[in-house]
Amino acid sequence: MAVQLFLNGVILGSIIALGAIGLSLIYGILKFGHFAHGDLMTLGAYFAFLFKVQLALPFWLAFILAAMLTALVAIILNFVLYRHLRKRDSVIVMISSVGAALIIRNIILLFWGPQNKFYDKAIQMPIILGDGFLRIKENQIVILILALILVIAVHLFLTRTKLGKAMRAMADNIDLAQITGINTERVIIWTWAMSGVLTAAAGILLAFDTHLTPVMGWNLLLPLFAAVILGGIGSPYGAMFGGLVIGISQEMSTLVISAAYKPAVAFTIMILMLIIKPSGLMGKKVS
Amino acid sequence: MTLGGIFSYLVFFLIFTGIYAVMTLALNMQRGFAGLFNIGIAGFWAVGSYTSAIMTTPPSAEHLGGYNLPFVLGLLAAGLVAALLAFLIGIPTIKLREDYLGIATIGIAEIIRLVIKNEEWLSNGVRGIAGIPKPMAGFLGHNYNIFFLLIVVLIIAIFFYLSEKGINSPWGRVLRAIREEEEVVKAAGKNVVRYRMEAFVLGAFMMGVGGALYAHFTSFISPEAFKPMQATFLVWIMLIIGGSANNFGSLVGALLTWGIWTGTEFLTGMLPAAYTTQASALRVILIGVFLEIILLSRPQGLFGEKKYSASSSKS
Repeated sequence: MAVQLFLNGVILGSIIALGAIGLSLIYGILKFGHFAHGDLMTLGAYFAFLFKVQLALPFWLAFILAAMLTALVAIILNFVLYRHLRKRDSVIVMISSVGAALIIRNIILLFWGPQNKFYDKAIQMPIILGDGFLRIKENQIVILILALILVIAVHLFLTRTKLGKAMRAMADNIDLAQITGINTERVIIWTWAMSGVLTAAAGILLAFDTHLTPVMGWNLLLPLFAAVILGGIGSPYGAMFGGLVIGISQEMSTLVISAAYKPAVAFTIMILMLIIKPSGLMGKKVS
Repeated sequence: MTLGGIFSYLVFFLIFTGIYAVMTLALNMQRGFAGLFNIGIAGFWAVGSYTSAIMTTPPSAEHLGGYNLPFVLGLLAAGLVAALLAFLIGIPTIKLREDYLGIATIGIAEIIRLVIKNEEWLSNGVRGIAGIPKPMAGFLGHNYNIFFLLIVVLIIAIFFYLSEKGINSPWGRVLRAIREEEEVVKAAGKNVVRYRMEAFVLGAFMMGVGGALYAHFTSFISPEAFKPMQATFLVWIMLIIGGSANNFGSLVGALLTWGIWTGTEFLTGMLPAAYTTQASALRVILIGVFLEIILLSRPQGLFGEKKYSASSSKS
């Protein structure tokens, strides 16, 4: 039972990790919590639904198109709203992102309605390992592999490319990065693009594991922030690790508490981290 | 609609405006004066609603208590429990950057919703609590709403007076100074965290009372009774439109925003009945776009920040 929950936790954790990487970089670079991140995730999942189910494209193509479209939406949000509000009080940008979250969620409701949707209605038989000891669906194996590929891609991007290094530098210290001649506006746009892609991927994989609902991403917002704070704001690797810890803790917690309180687990871990070490495991000091 | 019908609708409209105005005054205390970022207003709202419901309903097997206490004690208890909750959230977060408080308040609002939904012994779960007493309802008959409106106005007047009094006192000056130049205030030897916490707890108290007013007016509450994020968001729009750190602006902001929000209901009401889901989604989109436009074009709101001169203090 515990091993099964652990596995479920790793699956949920990789999904949270994908969403949290972008959230953490944006948080580190632009210094505000992006509260529309969860709903951007939902949007990515619904874009994929549009391409895969409504337009009957192959899954890989739907995945890529949805990721690109979500990245575009993230860039537009930055262009229309955050770029102008950033220079003011951070609370203003954050409340604007709360507004963006509500707008996105209700646009989804408007076009796709409140009912659950599925990429594939066929019921998958889980693969049973070790005499019923461990059950895993084919989809879940695909999720784990895709998440791993994306995380490796992010790692290579952040360590091997000039743009990736600039992003890390800016998340670390934006003033210093500016002095060294980094074109910060350009890097910010690419950060939104990358966050959009990763967030869409997280949403698609979550819907692939279960189903689509207009609140799926909103419900993951707290775990996403918990992962970011646990790992340290601005640290992409911290976000990956934080995502896994949150995902595994949420699933394992059902051994002792009611499953209804899973979101409370993420919250509790976050609060404990804020009490013990507000800068997170891999972040720099915050005031 | 007859003249009497219009009048009674107006009273109904003003009661809701008034409940939201209490919330906006409360948020103004937290955000306007102390710069605190609370996006879990719905959580304090719900705590206030449920506390007063449990305190004032007759004994019931369906939920905790039913302690049959008078309305006024219900309001007071609602404020106190919400204030206590704020204090507990404030301990780990209030000394950190404002965004942490924002994330924590959204989290606590979500957890409160889960507790109310799942703990049947406490709140009767999804079935909610019905029959929350309306003070003096039997006595007043069909003029009841006018009486309730007077109660709401009285509460607003008390909170408005206390808030103005507080902000013009030395306490309020320190609070505003912290918002502007935290380091300077620290250097002056003031305990910044304590002042912030006080503003947060006071605001939460008001939100709890506002929640209680809502419960007594609708007389039925359940986890699905209102949409938490929508309620929180509306209060924020009210504050932003009125202009942060301006109590008068908060009241006008509440009136305008609730007017616009109700207006969109008329607008989308013209759509065929089959489109109710789309209509309510469209309303939120409209009000969301409205907020973004205000933020971009008139960030200081309609009235901007009221100038509080140091000499206006009477203390």
